[in-house]
Amino acid sequence: MLKAGGLGLDRRQLLSGIIGSLLFYRAFPSDAAAHATTLVEVAPGVFVHRGEHAPGYTPANRGDISNCGFVVGGECVAVIDTGGTAAFGKELHQAIRGVTPLPVRYVVNTHMHPDHVLGNAAFRGDGTHFVGHHKLAAALTARAERYIAANKTAAGDEAFAGTEIVLPDMAVETTTSLDLGGRRLELVARRTAHTDNDLTVRDEATGTLFVGDLIFSGHVPALDGSIRGWISLLEELSATPAERIVPGHGPASMPWPAAATPMLQYLQAIATDVRDAIAKGRSMSETMRTAAEGERANWELFDEFHPRNVSAAFAELEWE
Amino acid sequence: MFPAKKIDHGPTMSYLPRVMRRAGGAIVGLASLAIAALTPMPALAQAADEDMWPGIRKDLYAARDIAEEDGAVVLEAPVRADDAALVPITLRVPASVAETAKSLALVIEKNPMPVAATFTFGPAAGSGERVIETRVRVDMYSNIRAVLETSDGKLHMATKYVKAAGGCSAPALKDQEQALAELGKMKLRMREGQQSPLMQEAQVMIRHPNYSGMQMNQLTGLYIPAKYIQSMEVRRGKDVVFEMEGGISLSENPNLRFTYGSGLDNEISVVAKDTSGATYTIRQSPKGS
Repeated sequence: MLKAGGLGLDRRQLLSGIIGSLLFYRAFPSDAAAHATTLVEVAPGVFVHRGEHAPGYTPANRGDISNCGFVVGGECVAVIDTGGTAAFGKELHQAIRGVTPLPVRYVVNTHMHPDHVLGNAAFRGDGTHFVGHHKLAAALTARAERYIAANKTAAGDEAFAGTEIVLPDMAVETTTSLDLGGRRLELVARRTAHTDNDLTVRDEATGTLFVGDLIFSGHVPALDGSIRGWISLLEELSATPAERIVPGHGPASMPWPAAATPMLQYLQAIATDVRDAIAKGRSMSETMRTAAEGERANWELFDEFHPRNVSAAFAELEWE
Repeated sequence: MFPAKKIDHGPTMSYLPRVMRRAGGAIVGLASLAIAALTPMPALAQAADEDMWPGIRKDLYAARDIAEEDGAVVLEAPVRADDAALVPITLRVPASVAETAKSLALVIEKNPMPVAATFTFGPAAGSGERVIETRVRVDMYSNIRAVLETSDGKLHMATKYVKAAGGCSAPALKDQEQALAELGKMKLRMREGQQSPLMQEAQVMIRHPNYSGMQMNQLTGLYIPAKYIQSMEVRRGKDVVFEMEGGISLSENPNLRFTYGSGLDNEISVVAKDTSGATYTIRQSPKGS
C-alpha cells in the first residue's frame, strides 16, 4: 500500500508524470503504520529516505538517524545504507516494494557506523550481495560487539529485535561498477577521511553521488578517521562534478560542490585552531573548550559531537 | 552472528600490576558492556554500581589514613568524557607541597586494571608546581582518584567522577595501517619556563597501541592480547624527574606532559618499555642550549 503525499494519485501516475521532481512517498508497513518510511525521489529511479538528526538511538527513532536510499535499475535494485536496526531495514525494504517489484541484488554500505549498516539483516537472502570498502569488514568486526551491545541498550529490545551485524561479501579495493540492468553504479573506495572505510556510489544515469558521511548537513560532522584526510578528500571531490549528492546526514539531496563548503569550513576551522593550540602549547582539554567555537551556530548536536572531533583532531595533528 | 570467540589473554596475567580487580573472564564480560563509538548515550554503568574503592584502597594502602581533598593534590578531569578512549586528565601538586611529594597514583576505580599509572618523583622533579597531564581510557562511569604520598608517609587524595564508558574496548587506532606502520615513533616537545624560570615543561609521545586485552583483532575476530607501556623513566641530565609504572588504562599513543625543575643540564631523556620487552627511547635538549 503506497500513498503519495495525499495527492490522490496512484504510484504509476506519479512515477510517469512527475518524475525528476521531488516526489514524496509514504509506504505503510501493514504491521507498523506508525513508522511510515518517507521516500524522496531525488532523480529518476533514485530514492532517498532522510533519517532524523539525533545524538543516538532511542526506542522511538529505532536507529532511523541517518540517510539511506536505493537506485532502481532495469533488472534489480541496489540499496545504499540500511539504517540502524533490522526493524527499520524491514520498513525500508517494504517501502522499496511499494516502488518496484524488482529484487534487491545489492546492499552497499558507505562505511562502518551502526546507523548505516545495522539494517542490513533485513535484506539477507534471495542472493543479495553486501558490498563495502575493503576495510569495512575489519573495521566493523572490531566494533561489532560494542555497536550491538550499546545500541541495543539505547534502542531497547523491541526496536532492536533481529538486528545483527551483516558483513560485506563483496569488497571494493579501488573501484567497482555494479550493473543494475541498463544502469550502472560506480563504487569508489576512498582513503581515510570520515572513517578508514568510506565508499562513494555514483549513479551514472543521473549523475547522483551518494557520499555517505563524507558530507553532513545540519547535523555536526563526526570525525572517526583523519581530519587531514577528510579535508583533502573533500577538496578533491569538490573538483569532481556531480548533478547532486546524497549526504549521510541532512537533506535527501544537495547541490554539488556547494554542499562541501560548510563541511570544509568546519573541518578547516578545527584544524586551524588545533594547530594553533598545539603550537602555543595548550592542552587537549583546554583546546576542546575553545577550538572552532565560531562554528557552533552553524550546526545541530554541537555539544554532543564537536568536543570529541577536537580531541581526535588534536591527537592526530600533534604528530605533525 | 557472533561466533564463539577464542579468548586469548596472552601474556596479560603475568604482567598485571599490583591491583587487578577482576580476573580474566570478567574482563571479557566487561567488553560487551561497552558503549558505541560516536554515540553519546546514557550509561550502562548501572550494571556495576558496586563500590570498588574499599577493596582497591585496601590492596594499595592497607589501613593507612588518606586525607581527602586537602589541596595537596589536585585532579582535573571532564565531568562527561567526549571520547571514553581519550579522556584528558591533569594532576597537579602545588609548589607548597612539591618538595615533599614522593609518589602519585592515578586510579580509575571501575576499570579492569584500576591503577592507570604511578609516578615516583626523583630529584629533578622541581620545587615549583608539578603538573602531569595524560589521557586515559574509562571503561564505565567511575570515580577517578589521584593519591599523593608525601615524604612524611602521609596520603592525600583528590577524586572526580567521570561519565564515560567503553574506553578500554574501543578499537585501537582509527587508521590501523598507518598507526602500526609508525609504531615506536616518539616525539619530545620542550617548552621552557612556562610557570617560572625554575620550572620547565615537556611532553613525550609514543606511537603505541597500548593494547588493553579487551580489543578485537580486526582481521581475526579474536581479542588482541594486552601489550602496553609498562614503565617509563624520564631524566633531566642524569637526574630522575619521575619513573612511571603504567597499565592498560593509558590511552593508545601514550602521551605525557610534565613539568621538571631547571638544572645545569636540561637535556631530557625518556626510556619506555612495553610488556613485550621492547624499549623506546628519545632524548632532547631545550632549544638554544
